[in-house]
Order: sequence, then C-alpha cells, then structure tokens
Amino acid sequence: MKKFPISLHIDPEAFMPATPEEKESLVVMRDSVSFWKDGLRRLFRNRVAVVSMAVILVIVVFAYILPAFWPYSYEQQIRGSENLAPFTFSEQELSRVEAGEKVFPHICGTDKLGRDFAVRLMMGTRISLTVGLVCAALVLLVGSTYGAIAGFAGGWVDNVMMRVTDILYTIPDILLIIILAMVLRDPLKNLATVDGFRWMQTVGPNLIAIFIVFVLLYWVGMARITRSQVLVLKESEYVTAARAMGAKKGLIIRRHLLTNCIGTLIVTTTLQIPSAIFTESYLSFLGLGVAAPMPSLGSLATDAVKGMNTFPHLLLFPAIMISVTILVFNLFGDGLRDAFDPKLKN
Amino acid sequence: MAKYIVKRVAMGILSIFIVATLTFFLMNLVPGGPFVAEKSISAEAQAALAAKYGLDKPLFQRYLTYMGDFVRGDMGVSLRQRGRTVSDIIFSKFPVSARLAGIAVVISLLLGIPLGCLSAYNRGKFWDSAIIVFATCGIAIPSFISSVLLLYLLGSKLNLLPTVGLNTLASYIMPVTALAIYPTAYITRLMRSSLLDVMGQDYIRTAKAKGLSNFKMIFKHALRNAILPVVTYVGPMLAGLMTGSFVVEKIFTIPGLGREFVSSIVNRDYTMVMGTTIILATLIITANVIVDILYKVIDPRINLK
Repeated sequence: MKKFPISLHIDPEAFMPATPEEKESLVVMRDSVSFWKDGLRRLFRNRVAVVSMAVILVIVVFAYILPAFWPYSYEQQIRGSENLAPFTFSEQELSRVEAGEKVFPHICGTDKLGRDFAVRLMMGTRISLTVGLVCAALVLLVGSTYGAIAGFAGGWVDNVMMRVTDILYTIPDILLIIILAMVLRDPLKNLATVDGFRWMQTVGPNLIAIFIVFVLLYWVGMARITRSQVLVLKESEYVTAARAMGAKKGLIIRRHLLTNCIGTLIVTTTLQIPSAIFTESYLSFLGLGVAAPMPSLGSLATDAVKGMNTFPHLLLFPAIMISVTILVFNLFGDGLRDAFDPKLKN
Repeated sequence: MAKYIVKRVAMGILSIFIVATLTFFLMNLVPGGPFVAEKSISAEAQAALAAKYGLDKPLFQRYLTYMGDFVRGDMGVSLRQRGRTVSDIIFSKFPVSARLAGIAVVISLLLGIPLGCLSAYNRGKFWDSAIIVFATCGIAIPSFISSVLLLYLLGSKLNLLPTVGLNTLASYIMPVTALAIYPTAYITRLMRSSLLDVMGQDYIRTAKAKGLSNFKMIFKHALRNAILPVVTYVGPMLAGLMTGSFVVEKIFTIPGLGREFVSSIVNRDYTMVMGTTIILATLIITANVIVDILYKVIDPRINLK
C-alpha cells in the first residue's frame, strides 16, 4: 500500500519485536566495574603483591594456628635437651626413639633452657604480628576520626587541630617512645592486678603499654592523610546532596567521607603494620619491649646475641623472620597502593 | 619569606619546649629514683642525696628551676656519674656519634642518588630490578639485625674487622654500614620514583624533541627537579640515624651519645635523660626547620604562606 506522505498512518513494521541480532548491538560493551573489583583485579595482576600476600598467609598460619598442633609448648623446658642444634636429639630423647617411641624433632633446635625453639619462634611471630595488626587498627581508628573531623569541620577547629598534629609531627618520636615505654610499664602492671582490669593479665601489661605508645605517636600521619582526602571529598555533590536532605554531620563523615577515602586508609594502615613490627623489635632489643616468658621476635633475637658465636641459628631464625615479615608487608602495601590509589590509576 | 622563617623557627622552639616538658614530667612518673639501685645506702643517706640534688622539692618547682637553669645554659650535674656535669658528658660523647652519623649521611647520599638514577635510567632492565631488590630488602632489615649479623659474619666468624669501639679506621666500617643501609635504600627508592615522575613532564619531552642525549637530559634537566624530595628526606634521615645509633652504639660498644641516652634512662639519671633528650630533639628539629626553609628557597614553585 502506498502511503500518502502527510498521512498519520503509522508504519506497523517499526513496532515489530527486535530480532536477536538487533538486541546484540545494544548490549553494553563491558560490565561496569566497581571500585573494589577494579582494584582487586589490578592487585591480582601484580605478581609481587600476590606472592607477598601468600607469604603473609603462611606467616599467619605459622603464628596463630600451628602452635596449637605443635607437640611442645613455648614455655615447656625439656630437661637434658638444652642447646640442641636444629634436627638433633638429646641422649634421653635418642634412647626414647630407640625404645620405639616417636619423638618430634626440634626443627629449629632448643634454647639454653631446653625450650623448643620452633614453637618459640611461632609465638614470637604471633606477638610481633599482633603488635603490628592491633597498632595499625588503633592508629586507623584514632587517626582517621581525628583527621575526618578536622577536615570536615574546617575553619578554626581545623586550624587548631592541625597545629597540634604539626607540633607532634616535628617531635622526634623515638625519644618519647623510649621514655613512654619505660613510664607505662609498672603502672600498667599494677593496674592489671586491680579488679575490673584483670583482663589485662591475659594480654600482658607490656603489650598494652606498647599499643598505647604507638597509638599516641603514630596517629598523626594517618590524621593528616585522612584530612587531606576529606577536604577534597567534602566539596563533592553527593555530600552537598546529603546535607540538603538533612543528614547529620556524623552520618556524612561515616557514610560518605570515610567510605570514599577507604582505599587510601587501607593502604596507609597496611604500611603501618611493618613499621609497628619494626619499632617493637627495636624496643625489645633495647630491653623495653614485651617481657619474658612471652617472646617477641625482637626479644628472641636479643636473647640470642650473647651466645651467637656458639648458637648462631638462634639468632638467624628470628632475624630472618623479622626481615621477611616486614618485607612482605611492605611489598603487599605497595601493591595495594598501586591497585587502589586513584592517583596512580593507569 | 621572612614571615615564614619566623613562623617555622617559632614552631620549632615550641616543639623543643614541649619535648622538654613532656620528658621532664614523664621521666618523674617512672617508679624508682636514681639512688634506689644502690642498696647499701641507708634511708637517711638517700634523703640527704635527694636533698643535695633538689629531688625532695615539689615536682613543679623542680621543673621551673630546671628550665630556668637550662635557658641560662646550665644542664646540671649527672646524678649517676659523680662529679661530671651533663654538658661535660654530652660534649665529650657527641663528636663520636656525630662523626659516625655524618659518615653514614655522606655515604648514603653518595650511593643512594646515583643508584636511584641508574635504576630510573635503565627502567625495566636487569640493573633496575637488581637495584629495586636491594632497596626493598634494605628497608626491611632493622639496623640492629644488620649490625648483629655483620658482627657475627665479619667480626667473629671471618675475623676481618674489629668488633669493639672506634679506635682504628677499619672499626668504622661495620657501624657505618649498619647505619647507612636503611637511608641508602630509602634514598634510592625516592630518587628512582621522583626521577621517573619528572621524566614524564612536558619540559623533558621538549628536551627530547630538541635532540638532547639521554644522559644530558637526565643530569642537566631532570635531576635538578628530581632531587628535591631527597632534600626533604634529610630531616627524617637524621632522626632515623639517631634511632639507629641507640642500638648500633650499644652493639659495637661505641662511647657515643646514643648509648649514653639509653643507659641514662635505664639508670634513672634524670638530669642526663633531660639533657640528652633536649639536645637530640633540638638537633632533629633544627635540621627539619632548615630543610623546610631550604626547600622553599630551592623550589620557587612552592608558594610561601
């Protein structure tokens, strides 16, 4: 039927269902990629980061799970098996082996009190890792809250809060860390015997002192980073929209600002872990770290220094462990930064 | 500019004051005094000693007295090393530590900057990877570990180098190496990343378009800008060397200020702790202030606020 050019008759052809080929052409080229997906994809493409993540997992298993299945405990003193070299048995143990008993080998030898060194190394790694993880978490908590409040409030509040961090930033932290570690030790030990604070006994007053010291001095960097991020983010449209809808300030900070700088926060926190482990081992070396009988990697290394000419393995194992732990956390943190820092995209 | 300098210096002085105040009160919170360890001393004698050194007065009054004396240049007498003034001890120990740290600074700059350049220049090639591996490992090894391992290998096992003190030139090798590993590795990384950053700038492309050789481009155009972050690192580097000196001096039994600081804390030698803390803090803070000011002088792009 020939159609008159100005007639209002519609063409029924145009309203037929689309063929599969036509549908195909409308499909979006690629699924939209979320922030996390994109970051994780980039992280997993980074070979160094993946390897260091695997090593971190191995270390975590070594420190937190393996001691539970180990036949020796970290304070158990085996009489007659003092100062054994790795994979050797004492005479008593040899006679037990000959009698048909199965004796678990001392993979890393024993120390001068006859304690199995492998399990001590595991416990030491556990303490050092715990220090790293807890300190990083606490620094994240304190630093990001402080920085977010300062950045969001702006004006004189921001000015005053940032002057405080400026001054703390210029103070050489190690001087105060050493003095504080000394100061906090005994009061916390006394506090741990008071009712209501007995839970501190299970953690160890020394460890708590170290947490406090680190948080007091290391939150500054985190606060500065969070503030600079928040300063940019608070000008964005969605914050204005949230404010227009009457959202409370606390909600805006928590829901919109902190969640949007989470990439930077994760990276900074990860890189905080090795630095805390570093400082703890350093303090242990000066005799201000975690106290006996609880070993940390630093104190294990320190104890071994005196006898290092005769028993070098007691020094080497914790030394390697500290260095490897710090190394993999550094590498993993760098990988995270490459993957999640928006500035480094592409 | 003048305003900025005045502001930075004022803040530096405030920081030193805060360090001094915090140290004074914190130190006195520590249980046990300087004379407790000596068990042979009777209670009366202890009281007499405390009275002699003014330790029986209220804390705040002691603080005012100390600060007053300090401003006039008097840091008091050591409570444990009888008959020696604090400034006496500090002046005799400081040169040792300063020489050690100074050599470490020079070495780490002389090694770190060229290594970083070399690494950026050969980006992605074998030497780049080798240098990166060194730099990453260097940052992961605490100075006490490296010094103990050096001591074990070169000192005890191979018997190549002296292990105690600083009497010969050879005895400097191990402590300086232990101190310099970390800053060298850090400067290498810093130099590499900042050089790569600068190489992506427009003016480098212009230089390349002009037909400049790679070598001339890096050393004449890129390096000048790329070296700025290294300048800012000098302050933290000194702080790091101080941290390192505490353990390195202990391990190699070097009679320096770092060892003095640690032992004075353990001994509760109040005046020594105060003296060394203030002097060390002043050094670091001064270095930071100078670097900050210098940075703005070198880099005209940074606006002075």
